[in-house]
Order: sequence, then structure tokens, then C-alpha cells
Amino acid sequence: MIEIITSNFVPLMFCGLIFFLLTGIPVAFGLAATGLLFGFIGIELNLFPTNLFGALPLRVFGIMKNDTLLAIPFFTFMGIILERSGMAEDLLETVGQVFGPLRGGLAVAVILVGALMAATTGVVAAAVISMGLISLPIMLRYGYNRTIATGTITASGTLAQAIPPSLVLIVLADQLGRSVGDMYAGALVPGLLLVGLYILFIVVVAFVKPKWVPPLPAEARIYREKTGASGHMSLLVLLVICAVVGIAWGQIHESVMNPWLGREMPAPGDEIFIMSMTVASFLALGLAGVNSLLKIGLLSRLAERVTFVLIPPLVLIFLVLGTIFLGVATPTEGGAMGALGALLMATGRRQLSMKLLKQALDSTTKLATFVMFILIGSTVFSFTFNAADGHIWVEHLFNGLPGGQIGFLIVVNLLVFVLGMFIDFFEIAFIVVPMLAPVADKMGIDLVWFGVILAMNLQTSFLTPPFGFALFYLRSVAAKDDYTDRITGKPIKAVTTAQIYKGSIAFVILQLIMVAAIVIKPDLVMGSLAKGPKINAEDALQQMRDAGQDAMQQRRDDAAPGADDPMKALMDALKDDKKDDKK
Amino acid sequence: MQALLGLSRLIDAMNHVIGKLATWLVLAAVLISAGNAIMRKAFNLSSNAYLEVQWYLFAAVFMLSAAYVFLLNAHVRIDFISSRLSKRTNAIIDAVGIVVFAIPLCVILIDLSWPFFMRAYISGEVSENAGGLIRWPVIFTIPLGFALLALQAVSELIKRLAFLTGHRDEPFSFMNEKTPEDELAEEMAAKEAAATEKALQARLAQGSKL
Repeated sequence: MIEIITSNFVPLMFCGLIFFLLTGIPVAFGLAATGLLFGFIGIELNLFPTNLFGALPLRVFGIMKNDTLLAIPFFTFMGIILERSGMAEDLLETVGQVFGPLRGGLAVAVILVGALMAATTGVVAAAVISMGLISLPIMLRYGYNRTIATGTITASGTLAQAIPPSLVLIVLADQLGRSVGDMYAGALVPGLLLVGLYILFIVVVAFVKPKWVPPLPAEARIYREKTGASGHMSLLVLLVICAVVGIAWGQIHESVMNPWLGREMPAPGDEIFIMSMTVASFLALGLAGVNSLLKIGLLSRLAERVTFVLIPPLVLIFLVLGTIFLGVATPTEGGAMGALGALLMATGRRQLSMKLLKQALDSTTKLATFVMFILIGSTVFSFTFNAADGHIWVEHLFNGLPGGQIGFLIVVNLLVFVLGMFIDFFEIAFIVVPMLAPVADKMGIDLVWFGVILAMNLQTSFLTPPFGFALFYLRSVAAKDDYTDRITGKPIKAVTTAQIYKGSIAFVILQLIMVAAIVIKPDLVMGSLAKGPKINAEDALQQMRDAGQDAMQQRRDDAAPGADDPMKALMDALKDDKKDDKK
Repeated sequence: MQALLGLSRLIDAMNHVIGKLATWLVLAAVLISAGNAIMRKAFNLSSNAYLEVQWYLFAAVFMLSAAYVFLLNAHVRIDFISSRLSKRTNAIIDAVGIVVFAIPLCVILIDLSWPFFMRAYISGEVSENAGGLIRWPVIFTIPLGFALLALQAVSELIKRLAFLTGHRDEPFSFMNEKTPEDELAEEMAAKEAAATEKALQARLAQGSKL
């Protein structure tokens, strides 16, 4: 008996963990319980020293000291405040008006708003709920195919997982021992490419099955000029002016910013891109502001409205991602700035009340506490797991796999995809990832690349039945009974759960295609991390469009060993700190 | 049983107050962190004390509110099997889990962290960073947090037992509480309805003018 336990200690421990978690006791307790129980069995069997858990308080203290995890409450708080500030509603309405007159335009608007919300709030629920309440009825009213409509909404909501500043990326950065900044930079291009892929899909549908994605009829347009024009022309002119100025800024960016930052290295592409965007948006805001104040009527109502609605989220994106990519703020500070920005924005919109503030603080505390306690639980588990050489056992499991890196990544992705159907991404990140990370590292897989692959894959967990949360959120707000449309007065059938599930299939496939693309082309992730010599905004734009593999490869080859790049040095220092903490 | 339930209510009330107070520390951490970042960039003013107080606050948030989160039944569970079991079976599983795992876990961690705290307290250990803070207050949150969690575990155990013996209707204090997503959905739906109403009236008014 004892023999059996000793020789199969790690597999038994695994079974124990699965059993305890499945009983439905809180995950944090289940993890800690498995660790303690098997730890004491091991001590009894003289497998481990008696003071096995002696260092536990120090490890808990290490978790407290962890600056990376401090970003979790900040970003959560920011997301909750924003989801209540009415930003999503305004965005959906205006962007819907801009693209609505085109075939498939409403779906494209939903995707773009989803991406904007993802880059600001990082909360899946908020995006899906507001789209389900605002966009879905409009899409149904004008005869959208239900599968396309529901799929677009749930999938756009989950973009929050893949596009920085998502919580998944923070947690994965922590678990993989990489900097959050690198993780964000690595996830940016794949995230934007996924948005592009979604839009491409809708465009294809618009050509192949035009009836599935009809344009908005003329009477559904809210903003019209006195002359009867839609105002698109004026918007286009404004866009062109801002684009020209943005690109111009991209050309002179380095000569302006480097003296200010006291930097001698060439500026990285993502920084130039974000700064150019910022300059262009402030210009638009300025023009629209002047137009509105002086009532010159140079801009159409549509153009003015679009500018005013788009600017606050863009400013927030700059405040958070821009400062992080510039290296002006750490991700934690970026989160705090974003939270402050969200508070100011909500105040500006007169949405901030004591009730909302308390609610947001309460939800933030709940989420942050359960996440931190899962981490504490998994720390207790890892004490015993490591003492029993569990990581060697896991390594052996993967040793027999054919195909080296690719074989390993395929198996891991399948595993995460299946697990994602049943459990939360937090559990996967804290339980599964720490077991896989050392193996991946040993196989020579870059952990930032690995993390972005996982984050992209974890998105699917929100869309796959039976436990896809995005599907639940949409179900909770979509019409459960037949109803009469309030504008056209026509009867509209209820949205069935089967339609919602069916809608997600195409997008899950798109997400998996993206996962495969990153596995095959690591440059999609790594390209953004290499700091190359000459990058201008046009290149950066191009890079977003076609992922400019060749150019990026070139740049990577040219890249100087970033010894004199202060940002990189800082990141390295942070990494070293982290390693020390781990000891 | 009534006396025990009284004790349970007392513990619940205490942890509720402590948890609610702890939530405000999140706001304090946000303001300090953002303020520090701005001051550092704008005036080159910063100190390790400001950096450290942020994680002191966050540590206090999650250690002190762990019991409150337990009271709200908000520690995540993997429930795709347990949700198919009866309330009674779940209450039994929970009770066993509390006695066998949750309480021993808390006791072990208090036992291990108390000497750690005492050493820091007696030696007056200060952060190794220049201008850093004194260490014992944040270390103290470890035994304190787990003590509160242990008390809450006792309270939850009483509630499960009371439910199993027919002294309580529900095994949890906050079983059917709405999730934040539900609240958000409701709020937005109400807003939408109000907007629709307004739009309709505006349309009617316009119609009558024409």
C-alpha cells in the first residue's frame, strides 16, 4: 500500500486535486487542501522534510509584495466604472450610424466598438450586455441573420480577453514570470489582427449572402443635415485631415519625443503608432470643439458627434496603453491612471454616484480577493507538488510527444481549449499554466509567445458551450419571447438559445485560426518586442495591416542588442527582481 | 442551536463591516498610485513609501476581506457537477470541506505566520528600500486575515448544520444574490426602456407638429 502511494505520489495528488475541485468547494480551499493533505501524507511517509510548509508565510508575503498583481484591482475597478458610465451605449449608437448604411455595416460597428471597449474596459460582460441590449434589437429589426447577429456580439465581447489591458494577460505575465509590458506589446498585433479577421468574415458574408447582413434603410438614420445629406462626406474629410496630421507626426515623432524622454534609441513602432493616433484624435477633438462652439457648421452633425463620442475612450487608451508602451508608467500605474480617468469620465457624464462607487469597490474587492486566494491556494499546492518533483513528472508526460515545440503547443492548446469549456480562465492560469511553463521554457519556447497563444486560446472558453460566459450574458439580455418592434411595429420572434450557440461557432473557428497563425508565425508576437532602428508610422500601420512579416523579420535581424535601451534595462531589472522573489 | 446561530450572526456582522471598510482601501490605492505616477513624472517627486503603501493597502484588502467574500459566497467554485446535486448534498460537502480543509488551513497558516510577525515586530524590521515602511503591520494582516477567515468558516459551518437540521431555510446567507452582471443588465435595460419612451414621445410630438 505504502509502496503504491510512494511510487505514484504525483498522479495520486493530481487525482486528489481533481476530486476536491469537482466537489464544488471553493477552488482556493480545494487547492490548499490538496497541498496540505498530500504534504502531510508525504511527511508521514518520510518523503518530505517535516518543515515542508515552514516557508509558507514568506511565500504569502511574496504574493503581497507582487507589484504586477496590484494591477488586477486597478483594471477591474476601471472596467466596472466604465461599463456603468454609458460609454458603450454612445459608441454603439454613433458607430452604428457611421457604418449602418453599408451592407454588414452594423456588424462591423459592433466589432469595432467591441475592440474599443476591449482596449479600455477589458471586461467581457459589459460589452456583451450593452451590445445585446442596443445592437441586437436593431439588427433583428432590419432583418439580420440571427446566427450572424448573435455570433458577432458574443465574439466582439470576448475581444476584451485578448486585447491589452486584459486581466488574463496580467495573470499570465505573473505566472510565466514575464513583464506585463512585454505581454501587452506581444498581444497587441495578434489582437488587432483578430479584429481584422472578424471584419473580413463579415465582409465576405456581405458579398456571399447579402441578405444576411442588410444595410440600414435611410429612415433609420438619426443624424441628418438640413440639406438631407448624411454627413458622411464631412466625416471623411475630417478623417483624412487627421490621418495626414497623424502620419506627419509619425515622421517627426522621434525628433520630438527623444529629447523629452532623454532617449537615444530609436522609438519603437507601437509607441509611434499610439502617439500618432493620440495627436490625430486631439486634433479632431479640437476641430469639433471649435466647430461646435462657434457654430460655423463646417462639420456635419455626424462628424461632430463621432468625434465627441470617440475621443474619451481614445484618451483613456492613451492614458493606459500609451503610457505603458512609452515606458512612462508601469502597467500597475497605467491601471491606476486608467481607473482615475474612468472616475473623471464618469463624473463628467454625471453618472458617478455614491451607490455606483460603492458597488464598483465591492465588485473589485470580491474579484481581486478570490483571485488572490486562488493564488495563495495554488502556492500551497505547489509546495507539495514541487517537493514531490511534480514538474519532472509533467515533463515526462510531454517527453513522449512527437513534433517537438509544435507538437507540445498543439497538445497544450487542445488541453486548454477543452478545459476552457468547463473551468474559468483564472483557474487555468493558476493551476495549469505553472505546470506547463517550465516544460515550455525548457523546450525553448519564448514565454511571452506562449502566453499570448494561451490568452488567445482562453478567449474561446467564453464562447464554447456548455459554460461560455459570453453566451450566458447575451442570453440574459436577448428577447426570450416574441415581441413587437417599437419602430416598425412588426412582430419579431424570440432569440433562441440554440441561435446564440450556433452563432458562436464561426467565431470560435476564427479564434482558433488566429491561435494557429500565432503558433506558425511567432513573429506576430515577437515582432512587437524587438526594438528596431527605423520605424515610422506608415510602417507601423502597414505592420497592423499585413503583419508585415518580412519587414519585421528584417527589423529583428537588424535590431541592436538593446543594451542601452532604458526601457529594456528596466524590464530586465524587473525580471531579475521577480526571480529573486520567486527564490 | 439558537445560541450557535446567534454567534454566527455576530461573526457575519463583524466580517461584513470589516469587508466593507476594506473595499475603500482599493480606492485609496488607486488614488495613491495614480497620484504617485503623476508626481513622479511631473515633478520628479517620489518615494518608496508611496510605492510600498500601495501594496500594503492591497494586501490588507484581500487578506481582510477574504472572510467577507466567503460570507458572500463569492470565492469561485467549479460547480458544473455540484450544481446538479441537491442543496442538501452540497451543504454536506461544504460542511465537510470546512471542517476538514478550511479550518485546518487557517489554523496552520496562523500558526506559521505568527512567529514571522512576532520576529518582525520585535526587531522593528524596516523595508530594505530607502524611505521604505516598517514591515510588521502588513505581516500582521496574514494571521489576522486567516483568523477572520477561520471565524467565518465557523459561522458558515453553523449555517450549513442549521440548514441540515432544519433550523434554517437556506444554507447560505447570500445564496440568491444577483450577480453584478445581472444588475448591470437590469440597469441598462431600464435605461434603454426610458430612452425608447423618450424617443417615442419625441416622434409623436414631431408627428403632431407636422
